[in-house]
Amino acid sequence: MNPLTFVTRASPGQRLDLSPLTPQNLAEKSLAEIAAIELQTTRERVTAGDVFDIRAGDSERIVIEGGSKRFDRAGMGMRSGSVVVEGDVGVEAGRGLFGGELIIRGSAGPYAASGMKSGRVEIFGDAGERLAGPLAGETIGMSGGVLHVRGSAGPRAGDRLRRGIVLIEGDAGPYAGSRMIAGTLAIAGQAGDLPGYLMNRGTILLGAGATMLSPTFADCGVDELVAARLLAESIKTTSPRIARLFRRPLRRLAGDLAALGKGEIFIPTL
Amino acid sequence: MQRLTAKGVAVDDTFAEAFDMRATAVVITAPSRRWALQAATTMTGFATSVIGCGCEAGIDKVLGPRETPDGRPGVRVILFAVSTSELQKQLQNRTGQCVLTCPGSACYAGLTAGDEKLNLGAAIRYFGDGWQISKRFGGRRYWRVPVMDGEFVCESTTWMTKKAVGGGNLLILGASREKTLAAAEAAASVMRRVDGVILPFPGGVVRSGSKVGSKYKGASASTNEAFCPTLKGAVATALDPEVASVLEIVIDGLTSEAVGAAMRAGVAAIAELGPERGALRISAGNYGGKLGKHHYHLRDLLP
Repeated sequence: MNPLTFVTRASPGQRLDLSPLTPQNLAEKSLAEIAAIELQTTRERVTAGDVFDIRAGDSERIVIEGGSKRFDRAGMGMRSGSVVVEGDVGVEAGRGLFGGELIIRGSAGPYAASGMKSGRVEIFGDAGERLAGPLAGETIGMSGGVLHVRGSAGPRAGDRLRRGIVLIEGDAGPYAGSRMIAGTLAIAGQAGDLPGYLMNRGTILLGAGATMLSPTFADCGVDELVAARLLAESIKTTSPRIARLFRRPLRRLAGDLAALGKGEIFIPTL
Repeated sequence: MQRLTAKGVAVDDTFAEAFDMRATAVVITAPSRRWALQAATTMTGFATSVIGCGCEAGIDKVLGPRETPDGRPGVRVILFAVSTSELQKQLQNRTGQCVLTCPGSACYAGLTAGDEKLNLGAAIRYFGDGWQISKRFGGRRYWRVPVMDGEFVCESTTWMTKKAVGGGNLLILGASREKTLAAAEAAASVMRRVDGVILPFPGGVVRSGSKVGSKYKGASASTNEAFCPTLKGAVATALDPEVASVLEIVIDGLTSEAVGAAMRAGVAAIAELGPERGALRISAGNYGGKLGKHHYHLRDLLP
């Protein structure tokens, strides 16, 4: 069976909330019912049928062809199946994801995978600021699953990370892994200033170091850790490049000693 | 008792009687096979019988780097006990004293499904005194405990099965100590190759088969005089005049099928060696079939 496909007709005239377009929400809905779903974020009513040509298919596999920076909350709260966006998305893509898989073949705006709990999110392009982080007023960010960004991430990637694995193939902005509670954030490229700012626990890997490291991280020397091998083994199919970094001898910096100080930054040596 | 034969070796038409047990397994890895075996050997020392040791434990198999979670050489160890609480206690004590202490070691769940979970790293982690770190990936949770050579990595839990079987056995009767031992060694070497099976006694072989009870108060088991060759003339012996030595192989397995497969392999190996170089006769121990629910009839195990 073909996937349920939404083909973008034209660039939307306002920001749209795509959160209703998830497998659990579209199961057993007719095409007419799907076309009538409202997506507007202003007083002007916009339905799915206004924005997309909709092709019937398996609602567990949703494809959105033609992205837009105005497509907000793609795959938000999804629990199973897959949502593939063949283009860019706006803010909060995959926010609170509970299960299944969200694939964005373009770039994502701020708060992508914000507070995701389980499942898998893959972003082929870049991610905006506060990747996986909490919204204002929330106390924890991502708390499970695997988030893979093939491009670079903006400031505060992995803010308040609680559990799960965030893999960034490119660079990261300033304050990567800020206020981390636990979990793993791996950046294959270079991080901006002060990665791990006020982190309590958790692991940050910096493949190419950072533009500035905080003096509140204490050098614990270089080691080849069994735990890093286990991590490499678990991510080797998702990101062979980051898996190779974890297999190298790692300099361990313990911190942030301005907070609880039980976290760590790994920097590969050699 | 009727006698059958297998390649010239007499086989008693009797059965081995075995019992339900609880079992768990762990995979121990180390920088080299030597140190993985060292940790496993230490962990399974003094674990021949639940009566005196709390558990029966042994090495199931040696694992190559591709078969272990961290890509290092490893060994799978199985532990058997009569209760969940005793198994938990033995697992915790033996991991803490014998694996945690071993240079370069790490310890993982050796069963990935079962009836209940047992604490592994979840119990050992407190050795970290607050410096322990939990990591969770691939659906499994690990503890990293700082130690003097780096970190001891230990999976949080392992599984326990209630379908394990303990006490499968073969009695090997020979014309001399040398020939009987040769037959026992031949059998043990093929039996321990069966997956999910351990032979808990020294080298897989036990020479002090016991009976239940004793003339002395406080002794729950004592020597099985019917199988002692030096008492042949003095007691109601189970031995033929030409038998000069008896050895037993005890088998514990994760499943009844594994125990049966090991016994079958053992009978075949003894038969293959033949009566001239090995055993004259094969028998098995039972309690009349009333105590254990697993019965392995030797006639069903003949090659």
